[in-house]
Amino acid sequence: MIKVLKPGLLTSIQDLGRRGYQKYGVITSGAMDPLAHRIANLLVGNKDNSAALEITLSGPVLEFQEEGLISLCGGDLSPVIDGESVEMWRPVYVKPGSELRFGQAKQGCRLYLAVAGGFDVPEVMESKSTYLRAGIGGFHGRAVKEADELVFGEASERSQKIMEELRQEAEDSSFASMDWYIASEFLLVSQEVQPVRVMPGRQFDLFNQESKAAFFQEDFQIDSKSDRMGYRLEGPALHVEKSEDMLSEPVSFGTVQVPSNGKPIILLADRQTTGGYPKIAQIATVDLPVIAQMKPGEKMKFVEISHREAEMLLLEREYRIHQLIQGIRLKFQ
Amino acid sequence: MDYHLYPLGDQGVLIELGEDINLKVHERVKSVSAHLEKMNWDWVIEYVPAFASVAIHYDPMKVMEKEGDSSLYAYEIVCAYVEKELEKITPSHSEAPRTVEIPVCYGGEFGPDLAYVAESNDISEEKVIDLHVGGDYLVYMIGFAPGFPYIGGMPEEIATPRRKEPRLQISAGSVGIAGKQTGVYPIETPGGWQLIGQTPKALFRPENEIPSLLQAGDKINFKPITREEFDAYKEEEK
Repeated sequence: MIKVLKPGLLTSIQDLGRRGYQKYGVITSGAMDPLAHRIANLLVGNKDNSAALEITLSGPVLEFQEEGLISLCGGDLSPVIDGESVEMWRPVYVKPGSELRFGQAKQGCRLYLAVAGGFDVPEVMESKSTYLRAGIGGFHGRAVKEADELVFGEASERSQKIMEELRQEAEDSSFASMDWYIASEFLLVSQEVQPVRVMPGRQFDLFNQESKAAFFQEDFQIDSKSDRMGYRLEGPALHVEKSEDMLSEPVSFGTVQVPSNGKPIILLADRQTTGGYPKIAQIATVDLPVIAQMKPGEKMKFVEISHREAEMLLLEREYRIHQLIQGIRLKFQ
Repeated sequence: MDYHLYPLGDQGVLIELGEDINLKVHERVKSVSAHLEKMNWDWVIEYVPAFASVAIHYDPMKVMEKEGDSSLYAYEIVCAYVEKELEKITPSHSEAPRTVEIPVCYGGEFGPDLAYVAESNDISEEKVIDLHVGGDYLVYMIGFAPGFPYIGGMPEEIATPRRKEPRLQISAGSVGIAGKQTGVYPIETPGGWQLIGQTPKALFRPENEIPSLLQAGDKINFKPITREEFDAYKEEEK
């Protein structure tokens, strides 16, 4: 069990989302950066969709009431255990009584804390993700607060093996981490103007020439009014050739839609199930983690790729994750 | 059947079945969703029907596992499956729609905008209620919020533009009017609809297998109730 001493800016329990209920208007929720979330789980011997903590920008202070096997993946929020900094992207054994806190956001803005066994919260509509606005799922349907006690689920055999190996190494220290590293392709690369790969959206052709050109030539900056639902972008105003009312139609993670004020919105994990604004583009699934780690004020540039390329990149990424799963299995049979 | 398929990102396909909100298009959306749901394709994550389209969110990895030696890519394989099924469908009206009764306590503290709706349409408050109760309502789709029905069929005599200043908090169960539409808020949310009443019946039921009281294709009967009946109903639902 982990006790929350301070909650941080927005710390919530998420898995890979609620699937199959969008037809009832229920949003998917789930991790903003599903890649970091999945790897964090795999590293501690969990299934990749186990419930983990999504920590945003300014992290919480957490006290381990019992020993645990954890991993910290995603944005680098300078994790520290009992005064000593902890390496990310690897399994870490933590002794009871240790205190995990976070410092400056060095890179990215969302960090995933996975524990062996996952966090034990009830499933609501087949998912443990927190649906903040409806107040369901996760820990009592809300972000975690001071004094909350987060209970671990049952650790798998594989988790226990990893834990045993590390427990012996810990000796006098509060924690011990595996000297593994994750293939660099999974890690974040931040650039001053982040390139983001997109496919043209369903209504791309309805936009006027200037808007179509500007979309790929200019930079767009993330507005401060951005959250898990969507990122609002500042940049050249985008307009359709002739505005006509559009019927609401389904959208997905990474849809870029443009309301009549001309400012695009990227729809993210807490997006509504349908949208009535023209879709200028769709972000390639492989680049969603890049977006999820960007902060307000940061800039991006859209790079066009074909629909087929996007799918191939996704299949390649999944193949690499599959290799990672195999690697962990081989090491801890 | 006329349709168009478009990619919805790299893990989705959008089946467009029309361009307007009308009964004919609605029937097609219903037939297509019902038919595809029965296919039980294991690569499908979920179907999402809307006014004139149905989205299929799918898992391209599962598609390729099955069809790995195909020279096509996952999207093309999915489209081929979908097209084959769409050719078989003839929209039918055979299934009688379900009618769901929604009790509403009109006016008073529950309907702070009832007077405004009456005034702006130059009719009495009683007439607004009569007209609202008398509509022939159909749920076209569920969206915007969990269990929120997009309802067609409200008499135009009570159409009223949205409030200029949206309210920051609207209670769950509030019944409102926005333009030619009427709707019921399933959860507490900010919003700009003109509120004319409130239902004690829960539209969003997260503990149920089907978490939405209403579903696309349902007919609705609004039934006026008194404040006492409202309270009794609330008590019963607990």
